Amino acid sequence: MSQAVIEFKDVVKSFGQQTILDRVNLTINAGKTTVIAGPSGQGKSVTMKLILGLLRPDSGQILVGGQDISRMRSKALNGIRTKFGVLFQGSALLDSLSVFENVALPLEERTRLVGEEIREQVLAILAQLGLTGHEDKYPAQLSGGMRKRVGLARALMLHPEIMLFDEPTTGLDPEKSLEIYHLFLETQKKFGYTSIIVSHDIPKIFNLADQVILVNKGKFTTFASPEDIQQSDLPEIQAFVQNTMGNIYLSREME
Amino acid sequence: MTRYLERIGSNTLWFLEDLGRMGSFLVFGLGGVFKRPFRFSAMVRQIRLIGANSFWVIFFIAGFTGMVLGLQGYYTLRKFGSEGALGSAVSLTLIRELGPVLTALMVTGRAGSAMCAEIGIMRNSEQLDALECMAIDPFRYLITPKFLATIISVPILTLFFNVIGIFGGFLAGCGLLGVNPGAYWSGMEQSVVNQDINMGIIKSFVFALLIVWVCAGRGYFVHIIRGAGFGAEGVSKVTTQAVVLSSIAILVWDYLLTAILL
Repeated sequence: MSQAVIEFKDVVKSFGQQTILDRVNLTINAGKTTVIAGPSGQGKSVTMKLILGLLRPDSGQILVGGQDISRMRSKALNGIRTKFGVLFQGSALLDSLSVFENVALPLEERTRLVGEEIREQVLAILAQLGLTGHEDKYPAQLSGGMRKRVGLARALMLHPEIMLFDEPTTGLDPEKSLEIYHLFLETQKKFGYTSIIVSHDIPKIFNLADQVILVNKGKFTTFASPEDIQQSDLPEIQAFVQNTMGNIYLSREME
Repeated sequence: MTRYLERIGSNTLWFLEDLGRMGSFLVFGLGGVFKRPFRFSAMVRQIRLIGANSFWVIFFIAGFTGMVLGLQGYYTLRKFGSEGALGSAVSLTLIRELGPVLTALMVTGRAGSAMCAEIGIMRNSEQLDALECMAIDPFRYLITPKFLATIISVPILTLFFNVIGIFGGFLAGCGLLGVNPGAYWSGMEQSVVNQDINMGIIKSFVFALLIVWVCAGRGYFVHIIRGAGFGAEGVSKVTTQAVVLSSIAILVWDYLLTAILL
């Protein structure tokens, strides 16, 4: 059994009167790909922000690498955050910086590297992600798919142990989505990170998953494999399968 | 009746919450100075944006304000046969009041609004979250350079405003209306004392802090400000709010500081 890198223990999070996460327990294992799926507004993004320490739970524990981050001070939290790489939904590139400057930013701010060393590493990762020749462009001059690639390059710069992908293919056409999935598989193979993918892109996204967590009305149900979801007896899960997957479920081999 | 009380209660709670948020924003914004590495080049860039790029606006506003003061002052003073006091009237009005206040209002409109919109857009497009996720403190990286740049720029712009305004008054009073230039300059020299200049400078420091605190703070909290709405509309409303709030704060503090320092 692989080691747990992230664990939620009875996590509760509410905004005003609305309880988004209601005593949630979940485990994410090292080196695996976990997909968090479910309808919008059910707490997927909140879960991601809780994992990153951008939000704090009302009660319960969130363990990252065995350390409880729910009550951690911001300095210690910054240490934990260096384990993470994040690809945001809208890529979240700093729009006043060029592609090169965006990708170089983590190195400039978080390491002691200077000048030529930074340049070498940035150009290497840009080349790997097919962005050579676009270093001097600004985010506004790039297409959605390219922005995602720059975001991925920036996230991978410090070799994170855990990568979070927030809706990695939203707003992209099927061809570009497939390209992002291939990049994901390639980079995961190369860097060996644990990945957490929050996505709507059902059922395609399940092809990447080792484990699937379905979110429904504040309840999180974990499935060992996408096939288990289809075979679930729970009525709400059956309804979800009918609504989102229908009969077009694709097997892993078809991709 | 209960609904009315409920509304008062909820508004009071929100006001206190907002005050606390803005208070901690001020502390973190200034506290970023002590965090390493200090972003000197970012601060210099901000000084150019907030300070140097405001120079020509300040130049024209100061010039015409001085000329208007020269005209108005001349016709008022002439009634009492004391046109010679024009230099002292123009310079004292500018150094103590109009210089700091008008400079601060111009910087609010020109740079404060831009600052608020920029930070608001960064918040909405998750750029601030991205910084935090990369373990880059958004205060040290983004906010503190703006704090320092505004606090450095506004007093310098105020000094330019005063000098240009005094020359404007000279142009209108002596150049067009025939006041004796010697009387203009010596009147100024005799009436303006160090205390007046200090007062103007203290005011401009306080105003600078108010501008950057309110404008950057409103942008930073665009996602949680009540009634602001979301997306582009949220940013536009919050920017308007920031300019209005900071202008009011400048005038209120102008009164308070004048009462304390005079």
